[in-house]
Amino acid sequence: MITEQLVWAIFFIPLASFCILALVVRPFFNSKSHFSGPIAVISIGISFILSVMTLVTVASNKNHGQDWGTHSWLEIGDFHFTVGILLDPLTAIMLVVVTGVSLMVQIYSMGYMKPSSHEPENNEHHGPEELGNPVYARYFAYMSLFTASMLGLVMAANVVQMFVFWELVGLCSYLLIGFWFHRPAAAAAAKKAFIVTRVGDFGFLIALMYLFFKTFTQSENYLEIHVINANLPGLVEAGVITGGALTLIALGMFIGAIGKSGQFPLHTWLPDAMEGPTPVSALIHAATMVTAGVFLVARFFPIFEHSADTMMIVTIIGGVTAIFAATMGLVSNDIKRVLAYSTVSQLGYMMLALGVGAYGPAIFHLFTHAFFKALLFLGSGSVNHATGTFDMRYMGGLRKKMPITYITFLIGSLSLAGIFPLAGFWSKDEILLNAFKDGDVISISMMGFLLAIIAVFMTAFYMFRALFMTFEGDFRGGSEKDPEAQAHGPVHLAESPFPMVLPMIILAVPAVIIGFLVNPIVNIGIPKHWFTYEFLGKALDYNYHVHTAHHQFDLLLAIVSLSIALLGILLAWAMYKRNPYLAPSTLGRVSGPIYTLLLNKYYFDEAYERFITGKIYYRGIAQISDWLDRNIVDRIVNIVGWLGANFGSLIRELQTGQTQMYATVTSVGIIIIAAIYIFGM
Amino acid sequence: MTLERFLILGAILFGIGLYGALSKKHAIAVLMSLEIMFNGVNLTAVALSRYTVPQAFETASKFLLTGHVFTVFIITVAAAEVALGLAIIIAIYRTRQSVLVTDAKELNR
Repeated sequence: MITEQLVWAIFFIPLASFCILALVVRPFFNSKSHFSGPIAVISIGISFILSVMTLVTVASNKNHGQDWGTHSWLEIGDFHFTVGILLDPLTAIMLVVVTGVSLMVQIYSMGYMKPSSHEPENNEHHGPEELGNPVYARYFAYMSLFTASMLGLVMAANVVQMFVFWELVGLCSYLLIGFWFHRPAAAAAAKKAFIVTRVGDFGFLIALMYLFFKTFTQSENYLEIHVINANLPGLVEAGVITGGALTLIALGMFIGAIGKSGQFPLHTWLPDAMEGPTPVSALIHAATMVTAGVFLVARFFPIFEHSADTMMIVTIIGGVTAIFAATMGLVSNDIKRVLAYSTVSQLGYMMLALGVGAYGPAIFHLFTHAFFKALLFLGSGSVNHATGTFDMRYMGGLRKKMPITYITFLIGSLSLAGIFPLAGFWSKDEILLNAFKDGDVISISMMGFLLAIIAVFMTAFYMFRALFMTFEGDFRGGSEKDPEAQAHGPVHLAESPFPMVLPMIILAVPAVIIGFLVNPIVNIGIPKHWFTYEFLGKALDYNYHVHTAHHQFDLLLAIVSLSIALLGILLAWAMYKRNPYLAPSTLGRVSGPIYTLLLNKYYFDEAYERFITGKIYYRGIAQISDWLDRNIVDRIVNIVGWLGANFGSLIRELQTGQTQMYATVTSVGIIIIAAIYIFGM
Repeated sequence: MTLERFLILGAILFGIGLYGALSKKHAIAVLMSLEIMFNGVNLTAVALSRYTVPQAFETASKFLLTGHVFTVFIITVAAAEVALGLAIIIAIYRTRQSVLVTDAKELNR
């Protein structure tokens, strides 16, 4: 049903869309740039159809995989650099997530990014109008490239091939976060996203080089992912490389994942990335950028499994991130930042799941999270479209005005909070269950479980805080009251246009049903726990597979987590209803310093700024470099220059301008040459 | 008369001319010295042509005039050159009231 060419097409069609938009439409047909939206949507739509076909094929295959081998790209001596497609359940799922979310986001973008010149009767105000229509083509070109990069990343069969797309994803995030580059905050956020993730990329790169250095003498090509996964643990058992080397490789990859997935302590770029257009945030947070880190750990899971130390670190980082980000989400007033912290927190859950060996649940949560998080971001964009601001203090009372946005946002919030029977409930429950059952009473896993269950409460609280602040109560002015609002147009409280509402409605469907549908707890035609164990378990079918978590649904735990989430919603209701039982300002005053600490994001930005940038970078590295530059590099240059000048002034004396002098020298020279010639010296 | 004597005379003429061309300050004297050098070369060319042509040629056509032709060319060119040189000297004299080659040293700029 699916051939290798068709899978390649999933990647190449969005890439072709990028080429058409960036190389043809943008430079030559700016007046026709309103076609760029449909071009991008159609291309990603074709990719989506092909991805679904791929997933169906892979799922119906008996061994849930497809090996087409690899193609040689580059040969240097004995070394063969290969490219290819690695198609296993993990790839197939990621393909559908990436193309599906991207399709919805791009349809939405056609409404959200529409330049006002095309709709003069409706005064919209989102694109930077002074730049005109070219913005529209540039936007969709970047979106296509972003999607293509992520698709290339998930289907890569070679780790270097993967790294190339890994970096391309980073580049596209830079371009899209800084899309409104004339706004200083956006330009700074883009730079920050690029530089902070770069720290992680460096870890990944070092891991790759170390891996190559350790294995290039082997007969197999250890840059191919399936070889790494299938054979590297065996090399450790055979004593060819040490267990420490394996840990270092896994750790380096995990540092890359920390950077990309915004895990603690490299999370600082993610909230700032909200400066980009809202559909971009939806794409980054749901499908393309941040899931890359979780995907990387999942992709090399067999290696991680063989390093208990790394697994422990993954668990700790995941658990800490889950609660750390959630606490910051509690106090943020920017609706997009609340969602951003929630993404960081949910990614922490996924990392936690991977850390305790629950491979299937981690990817399951990634899968469900993609739908409801994209939905929530699109909802926040819709709200912004009406009010012109992202600050929830200036919203309120939108439930009646924007019923569809309200209902879909409510569904997304319930799903994210983990309320039965929505998608988020099932995936979150799997993670909690596995963290709980994995360890003893006192263990890292149990610590992760406790952090995660507190984070469940916080998630429910901040999502419903956002919901109540945005949609309930009275309207509080929107961009007309918000001094920091970016939009200039008038506030028009009405439901968003059709291209924006449609994707939200479509995404609300999987946000409700997909959790139970693909991973039911009883056999409903689809086998019990099909997604996490039956299907994804096959992605781990390697020789050295050690960790198979097969914990079944636990009713008691589900009730506990559900009631904790409901408690969170209840607290949010009590604090943010029309006449609150507990006014937020009272609580803020009581908790005082903690509130300030959270509001300032634990002063992480300041610490990085003052200590890493100020002390280590400026005082240390920069000053040493400065000294080296002044005293060594500059001095060498000066010496060379001085030599030239002085030697020149010596020679200059010979040029007197006396032609007879020149003739004399010439004659003497000829005589000497003649003498040498004649007397044969 | 042997070839050597002609060549020695030619070399002496050339040497005297060269010395004059390199040492005289007056531009006219330099031009005259150049003429002496030309004549030294002319003499050498004619002498070599007369003495070193192979025997076979000599019987066939009595004389081979390569050197002589060269000499005629050199005399012609030298005449033209002197005319040109004098014109330059006059031009220089008009601008700076001097015909000394040591005064014309703008080439070091």
